[in-house]
Amino acid sequence: MIRGKVHKFGKNIDTDAIIAAKYANITDPLELGKHCMENIDPDFGKRVEKGDIIVATTNFGCGSSREIAPVTIKGAGVAAVVAKSFARIFFRNAINTGLPLLECAEVVDTSDPGDTLEIDLSTGTVRNVTKNLVFSAVPYPEFVTELITAGGLVESVMKKMSRGDKSSGP
Amino acid sequence: MTLAEKILSAHAGRESVKVGEFVNVKVDMVMASDLTAHIAADQFERMGAKRPFDPQKVVFVMDHFFPNKDVAAAEQIKRLREFSKKHGLLFVEAVDGGIEHVYLPEKGLVLPGDVVVGADSHTCTYGALGAFATGMGSTDIAVAMVTGEIWMKVPPTIKFNYQGKLPPWVTGKDLILYTIGRITVDGALYAAMEFTGEAIEELSMDSRFTMANMAIEAGAKTGIFAVDEKTRTYVAGRSTRPYKVYTTDSEADYASIIEYDVSKLEPQVAVPHSPDNVRSISEVSDIKVDQVVIGSCTNGRLEDFEYAARVLRGKRVHPDIRCIVIPGSQEVYLAALQAGFIEVFARAGAIVGPPTCGPCVGGHMGILAAGERCASTTNRNFIGRMGSPRSEIYLVNPAVAAASAITGRLTDPREVVDR
Repeated sequence: MIRGKVHKFGKNIDTDAIIAAKYANITDPLELGKHCMENIDPDFGKRVEKGDIIVATTNFGCGSSREIAPVTIKGAGVAAVVAKSFARIFFRNAINTGLPLLECAEVVDTSDPGDTLEIDLSTGTVRNVTKNLVFSAVPYPEFVTELITAGGLVESVMKKMSRGDKSSGP
Repeated sequence: MTLAEKILSAHAGRESVKVGEFVNVKVDMVMASDLTAHIAADQFERMGAKRPFDPQKVVFVMDHFFPNKDVAAAEQIKRLREFSKKHGLLFVEAVDGGIEHVYLPEKGLVLPGDVVVGADSHTCTYGALGAFATGMGSTDIAVAMVTGEIWMKVPPTIKFNYQGKLPPWVTGKDLILYTIGRITVDGALYAAMEFTGEAIEELSMDSRFTMANMAIEAGAKTGIFAVDEKTRTYVAGRSTRPYKVYTTDSEADYASIIEYDVSKLEPQVAVPHSPDNVRSISEVSDIKVDQVVIGSCTNGRLEDFEYAARVLRGKRVHPDIRCIVIPGSQEVYLAALQAGFIEVFARAGAIVGPPTCGPCVGGHMGILAAGERCASTTNRNFIGRMGSPRSEIYLVNPAVAAASAITGRLTDPREVVDR
């Protein structure tokens, strides 16, 4: 169960905002996390507490394909991102790096900064504790759920490789 | 099926595929850059892989922080050089190198009908060749390196039909900026953008690469063009590998069809801080700039330098401006040299650099201070993209960039070019 405070962002939060390219050679997630959202919200890295939740509107994670974007968000301590829509490369990278993404317009429309949310990933249920509201996020496609259950794409592939199955997908 | 669906279907070993289906697709080329290959290499090793599925189909291109920007970049690149050598991968660096999305097509590494995945969002550039090319993260790329396959969700195709004849000085860059301005940065989310119409048929390959390159800025999975004589001619001298040409069925289902009449279009400008914040040049002509960048995977090809040289010939860069010209590859640099373009730039007072992504990604070779503005032929102008979060980037075509370098403000090329 995830439980944390809402940090609210708008539309088109791009990967250069999430983590500037100049940090692309850093590999330590905690180090990256310190620079999360630096260009658009310089205090974010200091304000965010472990388990907090980012809530954004449309096209979250647009721009670059750099996988350090979801890694940085996790490194900052964020437990999940709830948005109306996600950019497609960011979506894949989040699955691969274990950052939960939930698509739920109602949560976005009704959440304010500082609200406490509780998220049950197994059911996709999001509860706004502050306002006493409950919503259901759009479920992941089955194929994606299988990947997540396996522990990620690499883990899924490794399991298949050890079974002698050469394919990496559905 | 559309062109995009046909390519995916063929590579998934299927008779046909439906939009929204998850399929496993065989890849013809897998690519990563110096910014993304190290994570791919880590994952490759973590999987316990002993060799890539086909070393000739994996290429690491050193371009973003290249030539080595600092010690961290140098060490990253050294590691990748050793990894590539160990596994027999194609490794592109100093000798006859270039920016990945300029280099791969010019060396015949991508052909029509191919599926290409790259750990860089502008991998969609190769759609200009009638290939299905898309960007992914390092982990996906590592899996493709090991297995030769990757999962994809079949995207819907949006048809863009550009009618009319392009006016002078209006290029592929302007067409794609205009389009992104109309549909916004998520207007083609998860879709394949199919570029068609009489204006497209007239476009050179260089302009097509520019358009396909920026499909990602509309949120698209890829941008794609039909194969025609221009494509075949381009490919002819560059590869002897046989290739397959797919075409969209006449009764294919598009998610939507969008038509534009481009016969009266002006050069376009994406103003801060989003690629969809697009204006006509006449609306922004009094904005002063401090730097001009002509280059990148978007506009670092010979036609782009031809435009810039036409504007700069016999003129001088404004004394307050840094005009940085970056050829997209060694091949482009040589051709520009032979055509006399490099001399035009040097005599004008522009700085000509080595092939690199450089300032486009805020790495090196032209970073902006707070309060500075750059007119740039690159592809993104998000906050902080080229340096200080208090700097501004205006995305333009090469002729506008060159004209702006002369006057010190955003300028229509017609204002400075002698008739």
